[in-house]
Amino acid sequence: MEKYNNEQRMNRQMMLDKLFRNVTRMFAFLVLALLVGILISLVIGALPSIKAFGWQFFMTSDWDPVSQKFGALVPIYGTLATSLIALLIGVPVSFGIALFLTELCPTWLKRPLGIAVELLAGIPSIIYGMWGLFVFAPLFADHVQPMLIDNLGELPLIGFLFQGAPMGIGIFTAGLILAIMIIPFIASVMRDVFEVVPTLLKESAYGLGSTTWEVVRYVVLPYTKTGVVGGIMLGLGRALGETMAVTFVIGNSSNFATGLFEPGNSIASSLANEFAEASGELYMSSLIQLGLILFFITFVVLACSKMLLLRLKKQEGKAS
Amino acid sequence: MNDRTHIPAAIPSPATESPGQTGRFAMDPSIYRRRRLINAINMGASMMAMMFGLFWLFWILWTLIDQGLGGLSLDVFSRSTPPPGSVGGLANAIYGSLLMTLFGTLIGTPIGILAGIYLAEFGQRGWLAPATRFINDILLSAPSIVIGLFIYEMYVVSVGHFSGWAGALALSILVIPVVVRTTENMLRLVPGSLREAAAALGAPQWKVTLYVTLRSAKAGVLTGILLAVARISGETAPLLFTALNNQFWNSNMNQPMANLPIVIFQFAMSPYADWHTLAWAGSLLITFSVLALNIVARWMGSQKTQSH
Repeated sequence: MEKYNNEQRMNRQMMLDKLFRNVTRMFAFLVLALLVGILISLVIGALPSIKAFGWQFFMTSDWDPVSQKFGALVPIYGTLATSLIALLIGVPVSFGIALFLTELCPTWLKRPLGIAVELLAGIPSIIYGMWGLFVFAPLFADHVQPMLIDNLGELPLIGFLFQGAPMGIGIFTAGLILAIMIIPFIASVMRDVFEVVPTLLKESAYGLGSTTWEVVRYVVLPYTKTGVVGGIMLGLGRALGETMAVTFVIGNSSNFATGLFEPGNSIASSLANEFAEASGELYMSSLIQLGLILFFITFVVLACSKMLLLRLKKQEGKAS
Repeated sequence: MNDRTHIPAAIPSPATESPGQTGRFAMDPSIYRRRRLINAINMGASMMAMMFGLFWLFWILWTLIDQGLGGLSLDVFSRSTPPPGSVGGLANAIYGSLLMTLFGTLIGTPIGILAGIYLAEFGQRGWLAPATRFINDILLSAPSIVIGLFIYEMYVVSVGHFSGWAGALALSILVIPVVVRTTENMLRLVPGSLREAAAALGAPQWKVTLYVTLRSAKAGVLTGILLAVARISGETAPLLFTALNNQFWNSNMNQPMANLPIVIFQFAMSPYADWHTLAWAGSLLITFSVLALNIVARWMGSQKTQSH
């Protein structure tokens, strides 16, 4: 009797175990399904616009709800241009911050400074937008832009970038604010990968008489280059999809912006501004197609970032 | 630490610096000086970069205090959003934000924890775990406005109206990847001997996982949840076309619902000065609560090594 009971209990527990394993597996699968679901729902939503415009959608810059003509060139260009500016400013600064935190900073300051930089990532993006529109843009328009326009606007080749009215808002301001927003992400990845460099390698270089810069340039960077690129891609992924901050300061114009100071539009900001008010199936579906394009671009960028970071981890595993 | 650059004179210059000079053992003051100079310039630049980052942080925080503190009053917490020109507060928006954040967290957390358990405890073999890990990290950084579009397509369209539930669902999708990531990392930090000890006492696996492993990683998992709450409480984009907005007090999750971020967006974009004042007050509230959550989460996670 006793034995029978035990066996029954054992069987019950084994069944519960199996159930538990399968339930957790189901939820892991749900995460996967979420991504597929997002993709499918966007494709379905975008179908009318895909059918109506085909590849022309990527090549025209009309955005005219009245005559139902839509082309994505301006928002795509705006997204790429602002993200590029953000990287140009953000990457060197993030590298400097990571370098400072890993090599220069006194130990007692490391934690507070690290947290301070990460707090930049905690500030909600709508706050960046408001601050950019009400505080930064007026100052920039009054004190910095006229100087840049006067001094650089006449230059051959790159002069056209700096022409235009000093309005404060526009592609450049959006890029700069994006740069501030992605600095904490890039800097924290760079700091983490710099910290995995074996102390032995660094100390050997110091032992040979290298300066701190030489150690970073010839030991740390070569060792971590895949991780560094992965961090930059992560920042790029963040910049591409950022919505509210850009919506406030980019200027929301559906004209093609040639200069840095002209207003433009990004994919995310068009969605934020127009989606809730969009009327008509084609208008809505064009906006959803914009979302699909954005999702696709960020997916590719983030996947590359993840693969590079994984590669660094493998290499690290081999070394130790 | 910082004195590494004071190299004793008789040390060879490193081979990497200038290939033409390799093998020279005597001290060359000019090369030595140049290397020191390059080092100083770059280290200076690195320090400037640090200042650059901190500069924006303090400037933004200062702006918020400067502009927002004046608008904070009891009215902000006790009255609903006003039409332009009359007195009002943000009570309905604060309430809506709290409600949607609460439900978003309640929906997202269990899913995240269970998926995290699978990755940490059963994810050694098979294709599902690596694939999920990969996709989860992409979802972590996916544009939140696209999540809003997804919920619009899936939920709002089929129900036919904007609602608080739609907002909470969109937020829960942002919660999941954060919780999955921290749960997995924290469970992996639990030593295997603990699991083996529990298993040796005859505990079935589900009991080992829930009552031993998960419990000993409690602080870390909670950190992840707090970080997720901090992330969603400032999110605007996914609420734009899910929860929309509501000018009045509303506690029905099935109706469009006011929330702080969107009220701030609407008020800041308006031409009215009194709306601007309220928008700044709301910004101050939201930013400092998000930052406080972040700091508490980090402080809690500081006992365990945090991988973020």
